[in-house]
Amino acid sequence: MKHLTAINRKAKRVEEYIAVNEEEDDVFALQQGPPQQRPHYPVGCSLVFSPGWEVDVTGGTAGLCQPVERDLYDCYISCYWPAQVPDHLNNYPDWTSKCANATKDWRKIDLVFP
Amino acid sequence: MSTFRLGEFHPFSGGGQDYLYLVPSGAIFALDPLSHSLLGQLKAGERSQDELITNTTAQGFAAPEVEETIKELYQAHVIANGNGFPAEVQAVPMPFPLQTLVLNVTNQCNLSCKYCYEFGEDRVATASTLDGKPKFMTEETACAAVDFLLANSPGRRAVHLTFFGGETLMNFKVVRATIEYARAQAHAAGKYIDFSLTTNATLLTEPVIDYLAENHVGVTISIDGPQEMNDKLRVFSNGQGSYEIIAPKVKELLAKHRTRPIGARVTLTSQVVNVKAIYRHLKEELGFHEVGFAPVTTSPVRLYAIGNDGLRTVLEQFTELAQEYLACALRDEQHGFSNVSDTLQELHAGVNKSHPCGAGLGLLGVAPSGDIAPCHRFVDSDTHKLGNLATGIDRTTQVDFLERGHIQRKPECHTCWARPVCSGGCYHEAHVRYGDTGHANLHYCDWIRGWTDVCLQIYGEIAARNPKFLAHFEERKAI
Repeated sequence: MKHLTAINRKAKRVEEYIAVNEEEDDVFALQQGPPQQRPHYPVGCSLVFSPGWEVDVTGGTAGLCQPVERDLYDCYISCYWPAQVPDHLNNYPDWTSKCANATKDWRKIDLVFP
Repeated sequence: MSTFRLGEFHPFSGGGQDYLYLVPSGAIFALDPLSHSLLGQLKAGERSQDELITNTTAQGFAAPEVEETIKELYQAHVIANGNGFPAEVQAVPMPFPLQTLVLNVTNQCNLSCKYCYEFGEDRVATASTLDGKPKFMTEETACAAVDFLLANSPGRRAVHLTFFGGETLMNFKVVRATIEYARAQAHAAGKYIDFSLTTNATLLTEPVIDYLAENHVGVTISIDGPQEMNDKLRVFSNGQGSYEIIAPKVKELLAKHRTRPIGARVTLTSQVVNVKAIYRHLKEELGFHEVGFAPVTTSPVRLYAIGNDGLRTVLEQFTELAQEYLACALRDEQHGFSNVSDTLQELHAGVNKSHPCGAGLGLLGVAPSGDIAPCHRFVDSDTHKLGNLATGIDRTTQVDFLERGHIQRKPECHTCWARPVCSGGCYHEAHVRYGDTGHANLHYCDWIRGWTDVCLQIYGEIAARNPKFLAHFEERKAI
């Protein structure tokens, strides 16, 4: 090796190993763990406790989906969360038709009995 | 076409030279300007080989040189391409040959140090686990332990016996008889055996000191510094400090016992964190060869527990004292701060530990009853018992203990660059903090990384400015 200088004993062993295996294209000189898994950014609700993410992206609670009136439409129109809101896509397309403004008219929304 | 990304390493510098500490191999390489430039480019993200060559030749380097450097970096796993490397999970090679046996020759002590892991509030051996068991190891049990060590160390030329307590010298008669027996048996088995013990120094007398010196028994003294610090927690049962009793005895030991280096072992607590003052006293005033420090193992709620602020103070003081070590090393002189020399030893070897230590592998602890434990800190704990001298090691329990302690089982460690040397940290510490020997010691992570970084910089500076000093670390200690 010309550009890396082995300093400690393990580095010297790595260097020797590389020299011996020079001919092979991909030398596995060392044991190395699997490729790192990086976290992805979630879109939508979490798997179990939607919409109750425990913390928001800043680690606090201010940006959480609050279980309040205005969330009705979030849940109803965009994702349909069974047991919390009726199924808008298939069975209850008119569930919110009497409710123009959820924060004012939410009392007009009735229960459904599937 | 190959696309490269950075592999896993920790960059550091020392003595004006840039280095890489490769994870997980533990290899340390020095960089030249060309490799340094390539790594700088990859910091921003993945780059193709062509891009790297174009950018680097623009800085005045020749293309064949650049290609050669990329190959070297790839081969040493400094950089990686998209495929990653195969993961290998090592099975523990069983049975693992023993190297060291620690005999707790008694679980009794004439001191009542408040933080003691055998008697303090966080002890693993309780009244119920000690009930009905012997308090002092008999000569018969100790000799059986010697036979056990010799029989279970196939392939090892040298083995080691350590005497521990309680207070070891409260059973000195058995220590002496065991050393004589062990020497004869080892000779017959064609093995070399050496001995060491740890003591609180209260029972050192002239004949004991003479015996230890004549028999080349390594001695470690538990002492926490000058009187006002030592006597805070290292007290007799009536609360009286132990310093006045031990100081003259320690001086006599250090004057007479010249066949092995004598070390001091300091336990740092919230009340005792003045590392430099303690070192000065023990090294320069009392004359210890080496001084090693360890923070107390305890539940965080105890008054003597060192909190995060305390740990930061300890790291600052360690760093200052380590600079003195460096200055000595550059002058080819020995310095007695053993936390540095121990870490440099491991960095020089390039350890990449599957387990934090040798407990349960090459090292076992033996209780006065003959029960076998992973190490001296777990003796007389029923939950951690790995067998008995009479019945041998329970391999199922041993494998379970080792599997839980394996680095592959500690996901928190998998993104940490210090894992080759730390591997999750002390099992006993983990047990006390988290109730599980296999838990990573997360409360120490910043400290371990900080300290390893300090030691890497010192190592780098020595390698750049006085490389011949590194020969001191060539001889492998038991790691």
